[in-house]
Amino acid sequence: MAREAGTEIQKAEKAGVLTAPEHTRPGPIYSPSVDIFENDSSITVLADMPGVRSQDLNIDLRENMLTLTGRVTPAENAKESDVLREYHPGTFYRQFALSDTIDRAKIDAKLTHGVLRLELPKIEKARPRQISVRTD
Amino acid sequence: MLVRRVWPSRPAFDSPFGGFDQVRREMLRLFDAVAGETSGDIGAGAFPPLNVTQDDENFYLRAEVPGIEPDELSISAVRNRVSLAGKREIPREHDRVSYHRRERAEGSFNRTVTLPMEVDANRVTARCADGLLTLTLPKAEDAKPRQIAVRT
Repeated sequence: MAREAGTEIQKAEKAGVLTAPEHTRPGPIYSPSVDIFENDSSITVLADMPGVRSQDLNIDLRENMLTLTGRVTPAENAKESDVLREYHPGTFYRQFALSDTIDRAKIDAKLTHGVLRLELPKIEKARPRQISVRTD
Repeated sequence: MLVRRVWPSRPAFDSPFGGFDQVRREMLRLFDAVAGETSGDIGAGAFPPLNVTQDDENFYLRAEVPGIEPDELSISAVRNRVSLAGKREIPREHDRVSYHRRERAEGSFNRTVTLPMEVDANRVTARCADGLLTLTLPKAEDAKPRQIAVRT
C-alpha cells in the first residue's frame, strides 16, 4: 500500500465478514480498516467507522479478545429514492486477540470524524524492562 | 461428483406461482449482480464511495469520508454537476512504534457526479458528521417537473 503523500487515494473495498456467532441483525456486516501499532507502554487501534455515532459504538474486552461493534443508522429518510448507490450502510465488526495484558482501568477511546482511536495501556508488569548488567 | 447447487433447481410444481417465483428469483439475482451486491460495487476503486438519492425537492449526496477534517473538503456545484475533492492525511505517530496493521489509506481524491437534473447551486448545503458527508442539493425550480392540468 502506497502511503506517500500526494498519491491518489484508493477506495478500500468494504470487506464483508462472516462472524463466528452469526448476527441476527439485518443488513451487511463490514470489517473496518484499521491501523494497529504499539510502543513500550500501550497498544493503539485506529479504526475507520464512518457513520457510527459514539452511542452506537460498542467496545468489548474480554479475556484478551477485543471486539469492536459499530452500528450505522441509515441516513436516508423513507421518501428518498436511489439515484446512485456505491455503498451500503451496515454494521462494522472486528475482533482482535491481544497478546499483552491490558490495564482495563486506563483504556481510552475517542471517536472523531468517524475514526475510532483506542488506547490500550499495558499493565506495568507486561512492559519490557531494561535490565542493566552489573560488572564486578 | 459433487454438484454445488447455486440455487434451488427444484421445479416448483407445488404452487401455481412456482414458475413465477423462480423467474422472480432469477431476476433478483441478476439485479443483485448488476447492482454489485454480489461482486464489488459500481464505482469500485474510487474514493470516497458516494450514494445519491432524491426526493421531490432535493438531491442528497452522501459520502463516507472517515478521518477527514471538514475544512479539508472542497465542494463545488455547477448546473447538474457536483465535485468533491480533498485530501486525507493520517498523522504520523511520533514515538517509536511498531505497526501490526496498516490498512487505512491516505491521499488525495477528486470526484464529480452528474445529476439527472440541474440544482440550485446557491442553496446547496453541506454537513459533515461522524465521518459522513451529506450534501443537500435543491433541485432548480425551472428543472422541476410541472404538473399539467388537463382541461375538459
